[in-house]
Amino acid sequence: MSELSVKHLLGIKYLNEADIQLIFETATQFKEVINRPIKKVPSLRDITIANLFFENSTRTKLSFELAQKRLSADVINFSASMSSLKKGETLIDTVNNILSMKVDMVVMRHSSAGAASFLAQHVDATIINAGDGAHEHPTQALLDTFSIAERLGDVAGKKVVIIGDILHSRVALSNIFALQKLGAEVKVCGPSTLIPKHITSLGVSVETDVKKALAWCDVANVLRVQFERMSASYFPSNREYAAFYGITKPMLDAVDKEIVIMHPGPINRGVELSSEVVDSNESIILDQVENGVAIRMAVLYLLASKK
Amino acid sequence: MSQKLLLSAEDLHIILFRLACQLKESHGNFDQTLLVGLQPRGVRLAERLLHILTQEYNVHNVQLSKLDITFFRDDFRRGDKVLNPNANNMEVGVENKRIVLIDDVLYTGRSIRAALTAIDSYGRPAEIQLLTLIDRRFSRHLPIQPDFCGRQVDAIQNEQVVVCWNEEDNEDAVYLVNK
Repeated sequence: MSELSVKHLLGIKYLNEADIQLIFETATQFKEVINRPIKKVPSLRDITIANLFFENSTRTKLSFELAQKRLSADVINFSASMSSLKKGETLIDTVNNILSMKVDMVVMRHSSAGAASFLAQHVDATIINAGDGAHEHPTQALLDTFSIAERLGDVAGKKVVIIGDILHSRVALSNIFALQKLGAEVKVCGPSTLIPKHITSLGVSVETDVKKALAWCDVANVLRVQFERMSASYFPSNREYAAFYGITKPMLDAVDKEIVIMHPGPINRGVELSSEVVDSNESIILDQVENGVAIRMAVLYLLASKK
Repeated sequence: MSQKLLLSAEDLHIILFRLACQLKESHGNFDQTLLVGLQPRGVRLAERLLHILTQEYNVHNVQLSKLDITFFRDDFRRGDKVLNPNANNMEVGVENKRIVLIDDVLYTGRSIRAALTAIDSYGRPAEIQLLTLIDRRFSRHLPIQPDFCGRQVDAIQNEQVVVCWNEEDNEDAVYLVNK
């Protein structure tokens, strides 16, 4: 046990295995904290955190805010729709204005890939990336791999398939990095239009037949089809996507082993997952949400420890 | 660096038996009592006392929990070291219990203050007592005193009291180390 090798959490790419294990060990203790009658600890009481969401978010923002409040931090929230960005202010000016109010940490979601790294280079605060375009979403990957370790005992040696819209997904990229650093084997599966051209250069294999992918894997992490990021038509219709890539209970029953089903949310029920699968015992979707708070507490605590 | 033996294995065993007797005298059948060892070093002391109570004094219903106070410490971000938490096991409820906080060395009293706040997160005990093996008197930063104490020690600031346990350190002893 020691400290993180990084000052900011910009992406899983910049973490090493020991960092991830340290976050997991700390998160395990925080999971106990959030199940106490009084779920709050005073560790971050002299820290102020700004949540800057330049792009919409429901659960990530709630999860971060809850994690910050459970650690007794002071929290200010900002969403782009109400901001001066609309009046032409630049990102650095907006953030520096907020930092002049003595803010110590910034949690940022932005639609441009690299926004968090850019900010880390130009402002004097600890930056946590809560999603930057189609690049990375590190806390999601940490909570996903933590949930796998919790259910299966370990991540190393497990076979994980990421199914769905890989092209527009920051969750997919962060998960690939995290799973590989922890020693899992990774496959991606989806319509070939939604799989990036050179994805195999990351050391993952590609499968377009979802049944074959399910037969291969221990864990299926199913992603949402991100209609809002699609500027062209990548498949004919929702119905057709559901027919080819939607996971149903009979498909799981046909596989001769138990597969762990995950989803980062929000779910399009009846498209990528049938309702029956979402609510089944194989699904750990709600565990992921609970673990999200513990993982974010651990990340905030460990980064705040580094003055 | 020099070191001086404060308690030999025999001294330590006599003290442990005395502390166990004092607990028995104060807590009777231990029905409403919960021993809480502070992580990491207080837990070993709590386990030793539990062992004596069970083996020598036939008390079989003593409950023991382990409390980690890392998240409640008042020196977070004040030193160079990152404070890493230890396992916490407080499955036994504290509501209306008579709690005995157990730690190896009482020094500034800041850990005990953190422990009192931490216990609060689990409910409202009837009473909280403090048992320590070593009391470094005259070093307190806070108005905290032990209810049960093994040995009082006068030590100056650059001296450290080190408690060794057979289980981890291959001997039972207490040393005063000059840093």
